[in-house]
Amino acid sequence: MKLSKQKKLQLRNNGLKTIFSFAFLIFLTSLSFSQTTNGDIPSVDIKTINNEVYNTSEINNEGPIFLSFWATWCKPCIQELSAINENYSDWQEETGFKVIAVSIDDTRSSARVAPFINGKAWEFEILLDENSMFKRAMNINNVPHSFILDKNKKIVWQHSSFSPGDENEIYEILKKLKDGNYSEDK
Amino acid sequence: MVIIQKINKFLLFTIFFLTIRIGFSQEENELTPKITGNFETILQSYQIDTLIGISSEQLPDEKILSNSFLTLNYTFGKFSAGVKYEAYLNALQGYDNRYNGHGISGRFASYISDEIEITAGNFYEQFGNGLILRSFEERALGIDNSIDGMRVKYKPFSGIKLTGIIGKQRYYWEHGSGIVKGLDCEISLNQTIKKLSNKKIKILLGGGIVSKYQKNSDPVYNFPENVSAFSGRLNVSRNGFVLSSEFAYKINDPSSDNGLIFKDGNATFLNASWSKKGIGILISALRLDNMSFRSDRTASLNDLNINYLPAITKNHSYFLTSMYPFSTQANGQIGLNTEIFYTFKKNSFLGGKYGTNVNINFSVVNAIQKTKIIINPNADILNLDGYTSNPYAIGDENYYKDLNLEINKKLNKSLKFSLVYVYEDYNKYIIQGKDSSLHADIFVFDFSVKLSSKYAVRFESEYLTTNKNSQNEPVDFGNWIAGLIEFTYSPHWFITITDQYNTGNSKHDSAHYYNFFAGYTKGANRIQVGYGRQREGILCVGGICRNVPAASGFNLTLSSSF
Repeated sequence: MKLSKQKKLQLRNNGLKTIFSFAFLIFLTSLSFSQTTNGDIPSVDIKTINNEVYNTSEINNEGPIFLSFWATWCKPCIQELSAINENYSDWQEETGFKVIAVSIDDTRSSARVAPFINGKAWEFEILLDENSMFKRAMNINNVPHSFILDKNKKIVWQHSSFSPGDENEIYEILKKLKDGNYSEDK
Repeated sequence: MVIIQKINKFLLFTIFFLTIRIGFSQEENELTPKITGNFETILQSYQIDTLIGISSEQLPDEKILSNSFLTLNYTFGKFSAGVKYEAYLNALQGYDNRYNGHGISGRFASYISDEIEITAGNFYEQFGNGLILRSFEERALGIDNSIDGMRVKYKPFSGIKLTGIIGKQRYYWEHGSGIVKGLDCEISLNQTIKKLSNKKIKILLGGGIVSKYQKNSDPVYNFPENVSAFSGRLNVSRNGFVLSSEFAYKINDPSSDNGLIFKDGNATFLNASWSKKGIGILISALRLDNMSFRSDRTASLNDLNINYLPAITKNHSYFLTSMYPFSTQANGQIGLNTEIFYTFKKNSFLGGKYGTNVNINFSVVNAIQKTKIIINPNADILNLDGYTSNPYAIGDENYYKDLNLEINKKLNKSLKFSLVYVYEDYNKYIIQGKDSSLHADIFVFDFSVKLSSKYAVRFESEYLTTNKNSQNEPVDFGNWIAGLIEFTYSPHWFITITDQYNTGNSKHDSAHYYNFFAGYTKGANRIQVGYGRQREGILCVGGICRNVPAASGFNLTLSSSF
């Protein structure tokens, strides 16, 4: 039987597909073992304030983490971080938490971030997500958007937008996490 | 058919096998598959509103238009896959109607380990500052130039990162005709050279090349089918000092953007900052010469951009301060931006009980110096470069200039205010392609009161005034006043009432651009309803802009992350 050129091509494509799906699935099954979990933090390359490559799987703390996505042009984001900054040392002492503030400023304003946070005298850990890669991986629509992670880096709380007073809710959750009596469905 | 049956059998078998494996692994090390995602939908109704120039002819045929987005991501250990669905039924006014329709707009699968990352499908990527490559998504602007193809990131040694990409760019519901290829290398000297690992000074080197291919079928012009762009960068930091620099160069790339000239393009971007607790200083400079770089030489608007050219001027956040936003001039601009951030200490004379925060910013953007080349038709070889430019000279024409002063002060536990003054020169002809230059002075007073631990109220009052022309009439729309009242009840509710009113405008009737919004947020879910008028104007994010037509009606926004 003679096959037309098109038919041949189709068969070859099918063949390729088989090989690919085979390789793919073998590869998938081989993944299961020998891995440490990374909580709810995806692995994305972003930058430190000194422009060095930083992989988000390195995010770590012995206590809870307040992970906040913000930008220098976003008023409510700055309100939120200012509200936390006002109580930072007290709350840190009490709950052992730390703030990681991920700026989504792109290269138009990412160079502003270092002088901006120092000018505000904030003492948070700052990361630069210039192309919103981490923001996208965390499924964020708009900033401000914040997460509280427990010490195993599991998301226990998240919130988009900020209203004055929200910092009290954040504080309550951090305290409960510290005392070990936080449940998500309250 | 036989092959397909074989595949099916094989698939069933492997899925079965896989399920067993997942079952086991769950018990052993808690590695579970996970699905996350996000959703957003915006609906807007349109009605006749003659006062702001919307007659029945301007109305869309549809009573309601909507843009919706859904992203789903699946992760299982080192493997992840995702799919993105978009529905523009039909696209909101102000968005390109080539978006009309719905369907899967992107999908990807990737494998990520410490050493290597492989992605197939749609992805976003940026080399350095984006001067030669940045694919990104900005929903507010209707931009998604994601690359559909393959990407490999490889870290052979600690501190070295290589990224290679190939693919075609998204073009509404299709792909652009050009193929984009790129390779980038980033080296952290402190991590690669042991001797430097403990040094306070941190040095980073980077370089990349991006090449595009587009077939030339023009009967007259001999357009280059392959166009490359290169960039090199150096970042140095020590203590509070951070310097980042990048230089990019692009080989001849005649396009509709540059008027089909063959001149090479280049870009220089410098940022230097120094800061310590309480003070920060920033100086930025950007020079662009013929740097538009698209995967289709005939593309326009925000379509198929391969690179990203940041506007270095300040990104404004209030209604009236963002009325005349600057947008990057890819064909040529030279600009400087300087900024000081300072906090007067607590309990000092100017600091008061809580400290006083001050921000001063000045930026200026001019044309680059250009000397036109006059084509001599009798010459042996035609010089089609269009112009020459002296990189050390500055063009005479001013595109944009602004001075911003901002004071933020907390008076006591419940009162806070911000004062803003903006001095702005705006070359409307260059930036928006119409009318002449204008000067504006803008004042903002932003005052907030915390009524209790949950209730708060915020007021904004803004005033904008423009200069007068030779006929003693205010330029453009003249003066504006704007106000805002916002009530919030933490953590769920907000109500906002805003109004912008055009005073002293002799050209047409003044109108109140009022808006009413109410919203409810619970966790990562948010619903917002609104009613009001949208001012015709220009909406910009990161120096990229789109025109927004005047609109009047109801709107509804729903968003969720999960």
